[in-house]
Amino acid sequence: MTIENLQQNLIQDFEFFEDWTQKYEYMIELSKGLDKMDQEMKSDKNIIKGCQSKVWLHADYSDGKIKFLADSEAIITRGIIAILLMVFNNKTPDEIINSDISFIEKIGLKEHLSPNRANGLYSMIKQIKFYAIAYSKN
Amino acid sequence: MNFNVKNIRKDFPILKKKINGKPLIYFDNAATSQTPKCVIDSISNYYNNYNSNIHRGVHSLSEEATEEYEGSREKIKQHFNAQFKEEIIFTSGTTHSINIVSNGFLNQLSNNDEIIVSGLEHHSNIVPWQMMAKKNNAKLKVIPIDDNGELKLDDFKRLISNKTKLVFVNHVSNTLGIINPIEEIITVAHEYGALVLIDGAQSAAHFKIDFQKLDVDFYTASAHKLCGPTGVGFLFGKKRLLEKIDPFMGGGEMISDVTFEETTYADLPHKFEAGTPNISGVIAFGVAIDYMNKIGFDNIQKYEDGLLNYANSKLKKIDGLKIYGDVKNKTSVISFNIEGIHPYDIGSILDKYGIAVRTGQHCTQPIMDHFKIPGTVRVSLSFINTFEEIDILFDAIIKAQSMLS
Repeated sequence: MTIENLQQNLIQDFEFFEDWTQKYEYMIELSKGLDKMDQEMKSDKNIIKGCQSKVWLHADYSDGKIKFLADSEAIITRGIIAILLMVFNNKTPDEIINSDISFIEKIGLKEHLSPNRANGLYSMIKQIKFYAIAYSKN
Repeated sequence: MNFNVKNIRKDFPILKKKINGKPLIYFDNAATSQTPKCVIDSISNYYNNYNSNIHRGVHSLSEEATEEYEGSREKIKQHFNAQFKEEIIFTSGTTHSINIVSNGFLNQLSNNDEIIVSGLEHHSNIVPWQMMAKKNNAKLKVIPIDDNGELKLDDFKRLISNKTKLVFVNHVSNTLGIINPIEEIITVAHEYGALVLIDGAQSAAHFKIDFQKLDVDFYTASAHKLCGPTGVGFLFGKKRLLEKIDPFMGGGEMISDVTFEETTYADLPHKFEAGTPNISGVIAFGVAIDYMNKIGFDNIQKYEDGLLNYANSKLKKIDGLKIYGDVKNKTSVISFNIEGIHPYDIGSILDKYGIAVRTGQHCTQPIMDHFKIPGTVRVSLSFINTFEEIDILFDAIIKAQSMLS
């Protein structure tokens, strides 16, 4: 599925929720399903420091696609990471470079991506794009 | 005067605001206090009626603005009982104030000199001194804290010596709310001939402070934590000490004589107030001090102590909740974590209930490292908060806990 389709699906999923509690409960569920990141991968090389919570992001490039692994100390941040990886994982660098993330606003989670929250997510998205740019030159 | 929180809350327009459909409950007073209407009005009154530059016009408007601006200095001098009006330097806030002192002492300290900082400091009372020490090779020593978060005074007495030139400590910890024993610290420091700077960013809003009684050398505070506007604060320094240090910002207003060969600085306080200051902000700061004095600092302190005790005993009923800095001598701040839950998650969910708290490291990474935690949830109270709001906070934390566990 394309990034665009995945984003549309998520927007539709989130439209079913009647209030924020259902939305947050869903994100907490998603965070539990996030692929585990090994402790040694949570290295200084992969850390994205936020004043609020730390995020780790690791990228591997094979067969023309980027595989991301990511984690956070905070469960809501993990939930958003899970959503971001649903969209960006196993995609080609070009697909990632050309995508936008306005779907986050449409599913009502914009506040978590504000640099003011300093939770590492804002920098994580930038980092995902940087990886895509770097691998597109391979 | 009777303290009536219901009436007081009517003075704060922002309290009518809804957040996520819920009435705003503002527990982030330690970061920025809310602003009463009289303070907001004083700013628009300045721009509507006498906006002009101070200290230099011959015209009436400028005279009016200067009078109000200097009137604010007088109010602050009186409120904090400084000996001289010119000991009050207006700045952009506590951080600016601290930087005036750290830069002022840059050339007065050398290799063998030592400076002492407390382990409870905000980054703003650490970084300027590190920057200074890097340049003049002075040695920076740290007063450690114990398991409750209190300063180890015995260690301070061991660290201090005749080599110590400066000691800087906050009056109240922004992260834990602990009131530090600054009287004793000042007495001990003075015995060794060291000067003391007290960062009063978190104390000035909660109880009355008397500079002459404290015999403090430098003291700083910010208006935005005292019902005043952002971007304004002051540095207090004993006159003979302020005369001894050079300003680090040059410009207009701070000079008495300028040629291309040399500049003679103006007298205090103008030497440290280069450029056009935040005139409306300074005037509004004076109005804010008047407002708080009208309510009465004794009333404020008594009410806030009651709130703190209530919140403290109520929150302790929550399973797995740990309060950091749970000591007797504290004011208005509860910093906590809940076992197994990240503070960011609690803060995000409380926001959904309209409750504003601060989460994270609170610009005090050394304290977080001491407790080996990524951050805390900080509830910081003020006299505009109510006991009912604490009940709502309690219920919201319980809901957040059940969602997140």
